[in-house]
Amino acid sequence: MNPLKKFIYELQEITFLIFYAFSGLFSKPRYLSESVKQMDLIGVGSLPIIILTGFFTGGVLTLQSYPTLEYYGGQSQTGQLVAFTLIRELGPVLSALMVSGRIGSAISAELGSMVVSQQIDAMRALGTDPYKKLVAPRIIALILMLPLLTVAADVFGILGGGVVANNLFGLDYNVFLTSVRNGITVEDIIGGVIKPLAFGLIIGSISCYKGLSTTGGTVGVGRSTTNAVVLSSIVVIIIDFFLSRGLQHILDAQTIS
Amino acid sequence: MLSSEEKKIENEEVEEKTERQSPEFGHSFFRADRAVPAIEFKDVRLAFDEKVILDGVSFKVRKGETKIILGRSGSGKSTTIRLTLGLLKPDDGEVLINGEDITYFSESQMMKVRENMGMVFQEGALFDSLSVYDNVAYRLHEKDVEEELVREEVERMLQFVDLEEAIDKMPSELSGGMRRRVGIARALVGEPNIVLFDEPTAGLDPPTARTICELAIKLRDIQDVSSIFVTHEMKNLDYLAQEYAIHDEEGNIVFEEEGERLCLINTEIIMINEGKIIFEGKEEELRTNRDPYIQKFLNGK
Repeated sequence: MNPLKKFIYELQEITFLIFYAFSGLFSKPRYLSESVKQMDLIGVGSLPIIILTGFFTGGVLTLQSYPTLEYYGGQSQTGQLVAFTLIRELGPVLSALMVSGRIGSAISAELGSMVVSQQIDAMRALGTDPYKKLVAPRIIALILMLPLLTVAADVFGILGGGVVANNLFGLDYNVFLTSVRNGITVEDIIGGVIKPLAFGLIIGSISCYKGLSTTGGTVGVGRSTTNAVVLSSIVVIIIDFFLSRGLQHILDAQTIS
Repeated sequence: MLSSEEKKIENEEVEEKTERQSPEFGHSFFRADRAVPAIEFKDVRLAFDEKVILDGVSFKVRKGETKIILGRSGSGKSTTIRLTLGLLKPDDGEVLINGEDITYFSESQMMKVRENMGMVFQEGALFDSLSVYDNVAYRLHEKDVEEELVREEVERMLQFVDLEEAIDKMPSELSGGMRRRVGIARALVGEPNIVLFDEPTAGLDPPTARTICELAIKLRDIQDVSSIFVTHEMKNLDYLAQEYAIHDEEGNIVFEEEGERLCLINTEIIMINEGKIIFEGKEEELRTNRDPYIQKFLNGK
């Protein structure tokens, strides 16, 4: 298959997968407990790495931007810069990348080995729809958990920025927090929460698709795991650009007018 | 073997009977719906890209009959089973289950059909994350059956495969033969009237393989289950085509050999080579067939 054909084929298959997963939500049986279990695994399980990522990203933002801001006499605006960058861009994108590394790989490896050991076939033979039982709970858990994780990353990022500004550059916490509060708008926060909703869908559907389309034994599982992480990371970054552009149009237009 | 009388009747005669559906055939073996084959393939074709897997395969599995599918690895045996379950769709031709054409059934329609079917996978295909109990109870849990009834049924099924002691173990703690038997127990929950075996004895020691064949014979003769038994091991063929299970005076199930004068007619053999059926008939006919490929398969040289 040539690359273009393959791309269109995969896009079609992923669209079908999302469609099957969501159309199954409206009929019984609903696997609510399965969704809760996945939320725990994805949300609570990823919290430590998300907090660490957020904290140090916020810290390094202050570290790198403070000297420049000081040069222009704008060091009191550090909080604004850190918060703005985190909430709009780095929070959603970095959380999505961390989650796609941790959860995307786990999902596609788990589903992939289920395919290889015929457990998916067995499930279908026993009358269970794997899209309902396996795919839908994972995608839903990702869509619900990723925004929460992003908020955690944002909060701890701002905290990290504040700690660095205070300890390394002697900036008062109050000055830092005031500039955070003045600098960001409701639109920034809305935009910063809409993005991870989309990223959750992307990571979930790509990882599930790659897992379920595994062929070729254990080697195949490794291959689809790698593919799932690489593809979902790249798609997250590409979609982030277009989402940012779109959100600018929708949200910022109101502020300007 | 009461069912044998009915099975001798030619198809056309039986079909006539379906139309009459008269109450005078009070015995269950003469119920009209027994005339409809449990599984029927009509000129089924399937290819993956360029590779032809099945090339015009047609056969019938009557109710209560066991069809043994022989063939070398990669000859399309397992594909036949996957088509029967609707896990794969044929490129051309029809697949009928209990007279119903399932070829173009959607996944949700298939779920209903699969309720009456059980499948035993090559390696057991147990769910790694669930205990033996949960694996066997899977179908019942999906239907929200009361836990008390579930436990009863699971214990009964595990007793059938002689594995009561493994109930709380995880699949990773089981040996290959035990996994296969748990797989059989899981497939039999809900008493399906069609059971499909996909090389259930591959890689097992002879006594365990024998146990699994005995289970298949019991299903065929005592429970009146229709089945497809895919294998490439000749020992299985001997067991399934030459022995039958009956209740002795004390009500225990015993296995007897058919001997020289009997011929089990509820077991037939199909041999597939390169996607085509090259032989269909009784075991005795297979043994006397002169085809060089069949002879090579039977004798290994």
